[in-house]
Amino acid sequence: MADETIDVKGLSCPQPLVETTKKLRKMEIGKTLEIIGDHGPSKKEIPDSMAKQGQQVLSVEDKDGIWQIVVRKVR
Amino acid sequence: MSKLTIVMFSGDLDKSMAAMIIANGAAASGWDVTIFYTMWGTPLLRDPNKKAPKPKDTMGRMFGMMLPNGPDNLKLSKMNMLGLGTSMMKGRMSAKNVKTIRGMMEDAKELGVKFLICDLTMNIMGLQKEEFSDIVDDFVGVGTYLDAAEKAEVNLFI
Repeated sequence: MADETIDVKGLSCPQPLVETTKKLRKMEIGKTLEIIGDHGPSKKEIPDSMAKQGQQVLSVEDKDGIWQIVVRKVR
Repeated sequence: MSKLTIVMFSGDLDKSMAAMIIANGAAASGWDVTIFYTMWGTPLLRDPNKKAPKPKDTMGRMFGMMLPNGPDNLKLSKMNMLGLGTSMMKGRMSAKNVKTIRGMMEDAKELGVKFLICDLTMNIMGLQKEEFSDIVDDFVGVGTYLDAAEKAEVNLFI
C-alpha cells in the first residue's frame, strides 16, 4: 500500500503529470505515492518524468486502460 | 535542470491554452520555466478586480476598455464566429476536464513558473502595475527576457 493516492481519471494532458508533481512536492522524502488514471500518454510520461527528476518509480500497471503508477519520493 | 522560456505575444484563448499546457508540462517535470508576456499577451495577467490608481489618458482608457481583463474572457484565434465558436470551445474544454486558463495559471504558479510582464507594452497600452494579478513576478525589459532565453534550451514565441 502506498502512503498517498491520487485519482486523476478523466483528466487530460498535462494534468495527470501536474497533479502528480504538485502532490509529490508536498510529501516527505521516503513516502510513496500511487497515481491512478486513464489518460494514455501519461502512463509513459509520468514514469519518464519522475525518473528524470530523480524519483524512484516502483511500478507501472495497466488493467483495461486504467493504469496505476507507484513512485517513491527520494529527493 | 532544463529551462524553457515562452514569449506570450498573443492574447487568444487557443494560443494561451497551448502555452500554458507546455509551460505546466515542463514545470511539472522539474524544468525552470519563464513566461514573458508582451503585446497582446500582456492583458492576460490583468486582474479584473483591481483598478488603475492613477488617471489614464484617452488612448490608455481606450486600451483599458478594449483589451481583455484577465484570462477569463479570451477569444479563439480561429472559428470565433462572433463568440459562438469560443463558447463551444469552452464547453468542450469543460466536458473534457481541461482546466481553464486561470486554473492552469494557478497550477503554473504553484509549480514555480515565473510570470514576467513587458514594461514597454505597459507604457504603450497605458497599463499600470497595480492593475495586474498577484501571480506576476516582475515588470521587466527585453534584457531580462534575453538573460533567461540565453540560458534556456527551449525558447518559444506564441
